[in-house]
Amino acid sequence: MSLARPRFSWAAMRAGARLSIPMQIGVVPFAMVFGILAQDRGLSLLEATLMSGVVYAGSAQLLALSHWSVPAPVLAATLATFVVNLRLALMGPVLGPWLDRIRGWRLWASLFVMADQNWALSVGELQKGRFDAGFLFGSGVLMWLVWVLSTVVGYALGSAVRPPPGHPIYFAALAVFVSILVQVWRGRRDVLPWIVAALVALLTARLLPGTSWHIVAGALAGSAVGVWRDERA
Amino acid sequence: MTLDPWVLATILAMALATYATRAGGYLLFRAIRPGPRIRALLGYIPGTLFIAYVIPALAEGHAPQWVGAAASVAIMIATRQTAAAILGGTAVAWAVWALI
Repeated sequence: MSLARPRFSWAAMRAGARLSIPMQIGVVPFAMVFGILAQDRGLSLLEATLMSGVVYAGSAQLLALSHWSVPAPVLAATLATFVVNLRLALMGPVLGPWLDRIRGWRLWASLFVMADQNWALSVGELQKGRFDAGFLFGSGVLMWLVWVLSTVVGYALGSAVRPPPGHPIYFAALAVFVSILVQVWRGRRDVLPWIVAALVALLTARLLPGTSWHIVAGALAGSAVGVWRDERA
Repeated sequence: MTLDPWVLATILAMALATYATRAGGYLLFRAIRPGPRIRALLGYIPGTLFIAYVIPALAEGHAPQWVGAAASVAIMIATRQTAAAILGGTAVAWAVWALI
């Protein structure tokens, strides 16, 4: 019966791309800021575009540029990238019900284009009982294209168009996750885990600023408390 | 259009580190075939991960972000449309920012 359900369909790719369009609003200014900063730090257009294309992780790229040097800081940038992206290691297993059904290039490419925004959208689809990984791939490919092209545009336009820090256009990226929170809410049993996650994340963010340890620590602590509470009941 | 060898090495190492997190977490869980307790833990991950992402970011923000976030939540509850919640919340944040 599972054979009857599509695993990686063109229809799901198109649906993923279409539903991810509002999220691209948060991606464009983010990537443009990266392009502007890359130019500012002396990277060539080729280098900036290559980084966006093969790394494809906004906060890690911005963090690397903020500590850039000549010659390029291979070890420091790589370690920082790994720590900032650790949350991605927690995100992949959640989509296991989709990813377990695909193999080969479909699996490796879907993992490559998995980012915060399209993962969030995909979790929503998964919770609705849909099982087609094409959704993750289609939304991810579009977001990758927008990310790389916006990097080029930001680099080319330079600092003339740079929105000031704190400008509400950057809030669009956060609004994505605020909206998704409403979607993943499962009722009263989420209250305690979410409070624990928030408190642990706030504390960790203060202790280890500039990393994503607070996301990993908050998510694990809150979820562990939820499981512990359920097993006692 | 230059490509410095050190810059190239840094970019490729960053790309490998990122892909290691993207694929590594999934492959690890697939290899160890987690039991019911770990699966229950993963069930909580989406919500707690987003909370851990959003709350510290909002704590660093100001009135436009706070009002915008409240607007996004309200629109999402009312309409169940992610697009409307993102666009509406951002518009409200922008309006508050313009007013103060």
